Amino acid sequence: MSKILATIAQRLGLGVLTLFVVSLVIAGMLELLPGDFCETILGQSATVETVNACRKENGFDQPFVFRYADWLSGFATLDMGKSLANKRDIAELISVRLSNTLFLAGFTAAIAVPLALFLGVLAALYRYSLYDRFVNVFTLTSISFPEFFVAYILVLLLSVMTVGENPIGPNGPWFPAMASVSEDTSFGERLYLVFLPALTLTLVVVAHMMRMTRAAIINLLASPYIEMARLKGIKNSRIIVKHALPNALAPIINVIAINLAYLIVGVVVVEVVFNYPGLGKIFVDHVKFRDVPVVQASAMIFAATYILLNLTADILSIVTNPRLMHPR
Amino acid sequence: MSDTKRGQKGDILLEMKGLKIEGRADEQWIEIVHGVDVTLRRGEVLGLIGESGAGKSTIGLAAMGYARDGCRISGGEIWFDGTELRSASDEHLRKLRGHRIAYVAQSAAASFNPAHRLIDQYCESPVQHGVMSRDKAEKDAKDLFRRLRLPNPETIGERYPHQVSGGQLQRAMTAMAMSCRPDLIIFDEPTTALDVTTQIEVLAAIRDIVDQFNTAAIYITHDLAVVAQMADTIKVLRYGNTVEEGDTRRMLAKPEEKYTSDLLAVRTYKRDQRDRPENEGPLMQIRGVDASYGTVPVLYDVSFDVYKKRTVAVVGESGSGKSTTARVITGLLPPKAGEVYYRGEVLPADYRQRNKDQLRRLQMIYQMPDTALNPKSRIRDVIGRPAYFYLGLTGRKLEERVRELLRLVELEPDQYINRLTTELSGGQKQRICIARALAAEPELIICDEVTSALDQLVAEEILKLLQRMQDEFDLSYMFITHDLATVRAISDEVVVMQNGRVVEQGPKEEMFTPPHHDYTDLLLSSVPEMDPDWLDRLLAERAEMARQGRVLKAADN
Repeated sequence: MSKILATIAQRLGLGVLTLFVVSLVIAGMLELLPGDFCETILGQSATVETVNACRKENGFDQPFVFRYADWLSGFATLDMGKSLANKRDIAELISVRLSNTLFLAGFTAAIAVPLALFLGVLAALYRYSLYDRFVNVFTLTSISFPEFFVAYILVLLLSVMTVGENPIGPNGPWFPAMASVSEDTSFGERLYLVFLPALTLTLVVVAHMMRMTRAAIINLLASPYIEMARLKGIKNSRIIVKHALPNALAPIINVIAINLAYLIVGVVVVEVVFNYPGLGKIFVDHVKFRDVPVVQASAMIFAATYILLNLTADILSIVTNPRLMHPR
Repeated sequence: MSDTKRGQKGDILLEMKGLKIEGRADEQWIEIVHGVDVTLRRGEVLGLIGESGAGKSTIGLAAMGYARDGCRISGGEIWFDGTELRSASDEHLRKLRGHRIAYVAQSAAASFNPAHRLIDQYCESPVQHGVMSRDKAEKDAKDLFRRLRLPNPETIGERYPHQVSGGQLQRAMTAMAMSCRPDLIIFDEPTTALDVTTQIEVLAAIRDIVDQFNTAAIYITHDLAVVAQMADTIKVLRYGNTVEEGDTRRMLAKPEEKYTSDLLAVRTYKRDQRDRPENEGPLMQIRGVDASYGTVPVLYDVSFDVYKKRTVAVVGESGSGKSTTARVITGLLPPKAGEVYYRGEVLPADYRQRNKDQLRRLQMIYQMPDTALNPKSRIRDVIGRPAYFYLGLTGRKLEERVRELLRLVELEPDQYINRLTTELSGGQKQRICIARALAAEPELIICDEVTSALDQLVAEEILKLLQRMQDEFDLSYMFITHDLATVRAISDEVVVMQNGRVVEQGPKEEMFTPPHHDYTDLLLSSVPEMDPDWLDRLLAERAEMARQGRVLKAADN
């Protein structure tokens, strides 16, 4: 147990260091982009004087190091500052979007992870069968298409073509093509509204996890302890689930963590298609304005997501491995 | 234990007729077992013996109606208690396996599932086959653990496989095989991976338990001395054919086939001891070496000498520090204290600080020729590399030297020089490793268990080759081994190590003549002999000693 706590402490420490480096890289890259917030927001017709006044007002006349140090000292005290574009408090601005993103990611994960494990175990059990081939072809096809394409196909099939057939409300489609949620949307309604984006993302992430589950299990089937289980007369399904799966968990957990991270940081295209107010959209919008504080804050959240999910995966790998949990 | 469904002792339980098995190689099926007959009666133990590639394990598994991936049973009949297994359904076979026919694998460490506790793995067969409830199975397990003399039988089941030593795991696996009280158990080299000292315990435990439950068994091994202790009848196999079959005592006393007598004669090769050369200091001295892996100490105050043209055997169980000593000498593991002197001068502790000449004089030959040779290299390069690196030979001279070395290790140069290292047998690979060591023109060669991965007849050829090379090139050997027959065969002096310490050392004849240090005694007395009564005698002697208060304990127990 103390080993795990030590690992967690050490990795969190390294995580903070990683965040610092990421923030420096992001700030540096924004600095290198041509144009700044004032030029963008005031447009081409702005005079030199107004642009300069705007810069002075926002402190852009200060050297990069000062501006970065200023941001860093704020961030260290959990004050993320205000958006340049709309002067709103960033923490407030982002927290709503973040909870929307987490909701979509969580909903997708709740469908995709069990589905991928289930399909993967079955594919390992009936490897090289017709079922195995079908699942592989289907999942590979679905990740081979661009996400927006999958999204539009789903919109076409489950929304546009079903207009007037809605079993719940009058004359609507089965599922709405727009996932426009607001703060006072109820939980049940939310699930219904984000079903199509969640389904799209499920199709995108399932293949990777399912194929890793299948490969990790099959990889173990040649081990002596699997042969032993066969020679003990254990049923095939039990061999896969009880003997192979527990030993295959580490690689599977890692792939799940990577895909969960993707669900949080990489879904901007799907958010745009369904007009879903998530974090990805806010990130892209504010990069356009060179709204540095908002971009920095979002980037910190994305980086922290990767760090925490990887840490969780590593801890779970330790916890599920008796050799590490119960040393001699 | 008598059970009505089990029938009478002496009834035929298993009968394989004209068994043929094919293995897949390069996209085609090749027959590897060519029509072997096996008959086994209830309560009887049959020993299957042969070298690697003889088909022993394959035949053993076929008795369960099982063929490994890449193998298939292609002909013959397998009758088990009235059922023909080749035509039986998968479901029928599954119900037989573990329940009425059980299997004990060579490496218990690899064959226990690392993710589950021993007790869970033990209970799986009886519960899944519906033989008994989990509670009853657990009680039964503790009873069997006790009968198999496992330490802490009440709690050992709570452990994971990696928390239990090799010898104990092998006994736990025997208990697991017994869990459904099968009619037949296949023991597939159950002691091959164990130290001799641990082997005894496992052999005794297996024999007792098989006797107590009147279980029939097929005991597979390459070691005739081991099978002599276990089997009522022995079947000698070679290249998938039966060489000879018969009663154990008869076969040991009067083998009918030459191959059987060759197997019996193995381990009898012996060279006389040569004393230390007079008027000459030692070639290498190891003085007071302490070493550790990280913070874990592994060697304590190790000292011994190696003289020119002499062989020092370093013996001990696994984990005794033999190979670590070799790592210190070669500079791979700088010691915490102590020095290695070579011709009276201190060798730098780290190999990176040694000059080319110091490196050249000390060469190594490893246990696993498979992993010690680059599979992508050709033999010309493997042997040519040290000759070029240390001696600067190039072009025609290098070619000539490589051919000369190949002839020395008795491989025809034209036939082998352009082969890949993977295109050789195990014995041939070890010959290449010897040639590679010789290519550097060394003075001292460290041989780390060089024969233990080889079949016994091949191993003996290698020992003889090493001996010839020593005579021809005035070489000194430091011979690391756990096999006392090897020590007897080639050494002049013996160093016995236990738990990182040298417990006894001296000339060979002295070491093999009593009185011994207790640990040396344990090692020596644990080597199986070609005598069916050896194990009984030994166990009786040890019981007698235990009554007198002298207990010999292997590190494993």
